[in-house]
Amino acid sequence: MKLKELESCLQQVDGFEAPKILLEQYPTSPHIAGCMLYTIHNTFDDIQNKLVADLGCGCGVLSVGAAVLDARLCVGFDIDEDALDIFKRNIEEFELANIDVVQCDVGSIGSSCAKKFDTVIMNPPFGTKHNQELRYDLPASYKFHKKK
Amino acid sequence: MKLLTHNMLTSHVKGVIKGYPLIIKATEVKVNELDFNAQFVSRMIPKLEWSALIQAAEWLGHSQNLPDAVVENYENNEEFLRKVHRVLLEIEVIEGSLQCPESGREFPISKGVPNMLLNEGE
Repeated sequence: MKLKELESCLQQVDGFEAPKILLEQYPTSPHIAGCMLYTIHNTFDDIQNKLVADLGCGCGVLSVGAAVLDARLCVGFDIDEDALDIFKRNIEEFELANIDVVQCDVGSIGSSCAKKFDTVIMNPPFGTKHNQELRYDLPASYKFHKKK
Repeated sequence: MKLLTHNMLTSHVKGVIKGYPLIIKATEVKVNELDFNAQFVSRMIPKLEWSALIQAAEWLGHSQNLPDAVVENYENNEEFLRKVHRVLLEIEVIEGSLQCPESGREFPISKGVPNMLLNEGE
């Protein structure tokens, strides 16, 4: 699949209807999601046939992308019921069978659980609203944001 | 909720020492076929809590006659791998609940999504 096709596909993913500021909810654009997943898939081969976790998945744009790129299973984790309702709708519309969803406080996911996944993808809260910042000690991580 | 996911979930109720495995009480279960990939299943097996998986499959009435322990040389045993694939990825709990084995606290599963959130003070 070409990057443009992936982006175009991700444009069909529904986003937050009423983003909650205190949860630092904002949509990951199809362009960013596409580029990120495309790189992880093509350059590092870390999506296809892998067990993927999407932490702070929101409405699921990254998970949908991973599933479309043939992750064996992508599990999305998020605290917000409203976002997960939209995520479930997206899963149905895309008719994806290789996605699972868990509603939880991502801060409570132990590292032993996280280590079972081949790949963890996220566009997480950065702790700007006195909420929790997600950080993990991982053997390798790809960072796309700019460092100051 | 697939059983591969269930295999990783624990209860974090305050004071609970071993909130694993979560007891599955299912009122609606679906079987959805997914493409089989031997390599993926082989890679997952060492990461699984095997007895928890067997137990979960039994609770759902889909034990597939899986053995109590992982067979030797499973990487080359396609029949075994296909059974494991079935249990891990194709059986889904749509409605029901997960119960903490120590505190008894129940976490509801609705439309395939388990809600592991705790109330304040729990």
